[in-house]
Amino acid sequence: MTPDSILPSLAYITIFPGFLFLAVYGLYLQWVDRKLCAVMQNRMGPPLIQPLADFIKLLAKEVIVPDAADSRMFRLLPFFAMAAVMTAVISIPVGAHALCSFQGDMVVVIYLLTIPTVTFFLAGWSSTSPYATVGAMRVLTQLFAYEVPLMLALIGPAILAGSWNLTEISAFFAAKPYLIPTQLLGFLAGIIALQGKLERMPFDIPHAKNEIVGGQFTEYSGRLLAFFYLAIDMELVVGAALLNAVFLGGSLGLTGWAAIPVFLAKTLAITFLLALLKVLMARIRIEQMVNFCWKYLAPAAIIQILADIVLKYKLG
Amino acid sequence: MIKPARIFSEVIKHLFIKPATSGYPFEKAKIMPNFRGRIDFDSPKCIGCQMCVKVCPSKAIEIRLAAIQPPAPAQVEGQPVVAAKRKFDCFMHLDHCVYCAQCVETCPKDALIMTQDFELAHTSRAALTRHYK
Amino acid sequence: MSKITIPLGPQHPALKEPENFMLVLEGEQISGATVNLGYNHRGMEKAAESRTYLQTMYLLERVCGICSHSHTTTYITNVEELAKAEIPQRALAIRTLIAELERVHSHLLWLGVAGYEMGFETLFMYTWRDREQVLDCLELLSGNRVHYSMNTIGGVRRDISIEQKAEVSRRIKFLEERTRYYIKIGTEEPTVAARTANVGMLPPAVALERGAVGPTARASGIARDVRKDEPYLIYDQLDFKLITHNTNDVFGRLVVRVLELVESYKMIHQILNNLPEGPIAVKVPMKIAPGEAVNRYEAPRGEDIHYLKSNGTDKPERVKVRAPTLANLQSVAYMLEGGWLADVPLVIAAIDPCMSCTDRASVWDPKKGKMALYGWEEMRKLGIEHYKKRGVNFSGL
Repeated sequence: MTPDSILPSLAYITIFPGFLFLAVYGLYLQWVDRKLCAVMQNRMGPPLIQPLADFIKLLAKEVIVPDAADSRMFRLLPFFAMAAVMTAVISIPVGAHALCSFQGDMVVVIYLLTIPTVTFFLAGWSSTSPYATVGAMRVLTQLFAYEVPLMLALIGPAILAGSWNLTEISAFFAAKPYLIPTQLLGFLAGIIALQGKLERMPFDIPHAKNEIVGGQFTEYSGRLLAFFYLAIDMELVVGAALLNAVFLGGSLGLTGWAAIPVFLAKTLAITFLLALLKVLMARIRIEQMVNFCWKYLAPAAIIQILADIVLKYKLG
Repeated sequence: MIKPARIFSEVIKHLFIKPATSGYPFEKAKIMPNFRGRIDFDSPKCIGCQMCVKVCPSKAIEIRLAAIQPPAPAQVEGQPVVAAKRKFDCFMHLDHCVYCAQCVETCPKDALIMTQDFELAHTSRAALTRHYK
Repeated sequence: MSKITIPLGPQHPALKEPENFMLVLEGEQISGATVNLGYNHRGMEKAAESRTYLQTMYLLERVCGICSHSHTTTYITNVEELAKAEIPQRALAIRTLIAELERVHSHLLWLGVAGYEMGFETLFMYTWRDREQVLDCLELLSGNRVHYSMNTIGGVRRDISIEQKAEVSRRIKFLEERTRYYIKIGTEEPTVAARTANVGMLPPAVALERGAVGPTARASGIARDVRKDEPYLIYDQLDFKLITHNTNDVFGRLVVRVLELVESYKMIHQILNNLPEGPIAVKVPMKIAPGEAVNRYEAPRGEDIHYLKSNGTDKPERVKVRAPTLANLQSVAYMLEGGWLADVPLVIAAIDPCMSCTDRASVWDPKKGKMALYGWEEMRKLGIEHYKKRGVNFSGL
């Protein structure tokens, strides 16, 4: 690598669409989400600065590590979660193309997005308190419920585009926008599974506050909790970007700076759908969640795959 | 009958109407006209009968003789001497008061007045004891 | 799977008041539950003995923030019974009006809390927003949103004007419409059904055995309502239905409460339309002749019982309050067993618990797992010992 290529790559990783962009846009999307929910519930909602203020406030608080917990692991986990999310964004086309695009990067992104969930489980498990333990068990149970439908939902467009490369898939749909509506079923399944992955209502079962207090994060405090929350916000951006790339044709063929507004508009629209899901329903029980995911969500994704195979055959 | 996302239309409708909550400290709260708030004291009317002190369920009122008494009115020729009306002070312990306004009802001379003040929080406890003269 | 014991409370987000439930968990399922009371003992019954009858009324109003009118009305009925006072019809009608408004606000509050406990925050926000209407009605009529202080010994404190009548009935009409909508949400939304159906089962036989009262009992098909069984105030002149449901679960309790709301609106309109003319209060002497009285009252949460003993002075000799939550808590332990951990907050909330009404002093030893109930004498002994250690001797008192 020459210095000429290192500098842009470094900027890509640290500023856009790496750490800085993810953090700022993540906090902004958190605000959008909270504000939308508030408006739909006829409330006022927080001011724009609220997520940042919460983050800074948590940074200033004392970090308490339980005696029984494995101190090193307990402290490292939030950063693992954040690192995994930030690595995933390298392969997802945020603007026109991704930094590190290769055949099969979709599988890598799915894999990297599973790591935060595993760290949530480890966080709960290593805290050793009863609430955190129950929360950790729920995280893992829930992982097995939504992960398969999410993967199945993502496979459909990949089959149609004939590629495992996220950039190529989005380029395929950008070239043939009339195919986007055919992916509706898979898109909806993907949105619902993403809601489960982000552990938001009605799937916020692992940290359902009126059942098991803070769930897996019960023992976390201060800086460590702040970074966990930041990782979740970043995961929201990455998840929305992933769905955008796979289902909605990414930047729609635009290149350079023009691609950015398209990306922002479409991730905001996905956030709106996620917020809508959040206000529409009551939280369900963990066994109902597993039932729902396997009975309805996974079959819906499979139907989409079958439809895509037929479609691909028809298109030649 | 089961309909998924039954609340959908209501939720969408609320995207376009104003929030029901108010930005309270910056926006005045609406209070009904005969809300039972802070009790005010009208010293000239008080005769010091201590009825309010006796009836108060939370021992929030003290009625004491004022330190400075008004002078007796000048004697009119041919009339008997009129004693000066004694003046009373009221100490209202807002931290004890339960705002039931029973004292207002009991007072035979209407010397206690119910107001609509409700923003009575304070950082110092001493400030919660109001001295009405 | 190994068993773990989880303490739910005394500090827990699901509980609005301190109370402790020890849950034995096998995975997500509960294999045993015990209820431990006593975190909220305030010594009110004792405090009542050192206050006059009128002051005691304001004290008992603060037994509970939600059913403040229930407690004062029951207490005051006792006092008036002992004083042999004849209460004017208009006062009784106004008391009934406030009682029904209170039921409306309590049931709407419950609906919101149930929504919150099942993670349906939108329902929570909407019901609580609409509940403001009835709270405004109460503020308009009585001068306060929560502690209305509408009762006084011998009648009520404030009369109702024609404008107030019109305002109340306008707001109640709005609430009727909203309640129809909530009935639809409660019965048609699949996630609500998924969370409430077959949760916290309480078969009628168990409900009777454990002495369940109010909506908890009525949802198990037991037609028991003091307003019907032993009409007080002016309930014998009102036309309303006794609501029961036979699903025995949280869903039944939800249905009973929302349908009771509709009945309450009906009653409010009936009272407003036929408010008897006349005085609103009679004078009752400060000193009450010696005697004993017991009265029952259908509070929003169930049957509320007050006992009063007078001794001829202006202060009561003994006041005893049996709040509905105490009767219902026995059923909660039964309802929790065999259920899911996720349903615990909802099952507890489904009896509409009001812990501050309920608490009696008890001591629980976590090391031995033993619980001891303390009577007055023992409490006194403990108190004296405690202060002796700190150098104050109260044994002479």
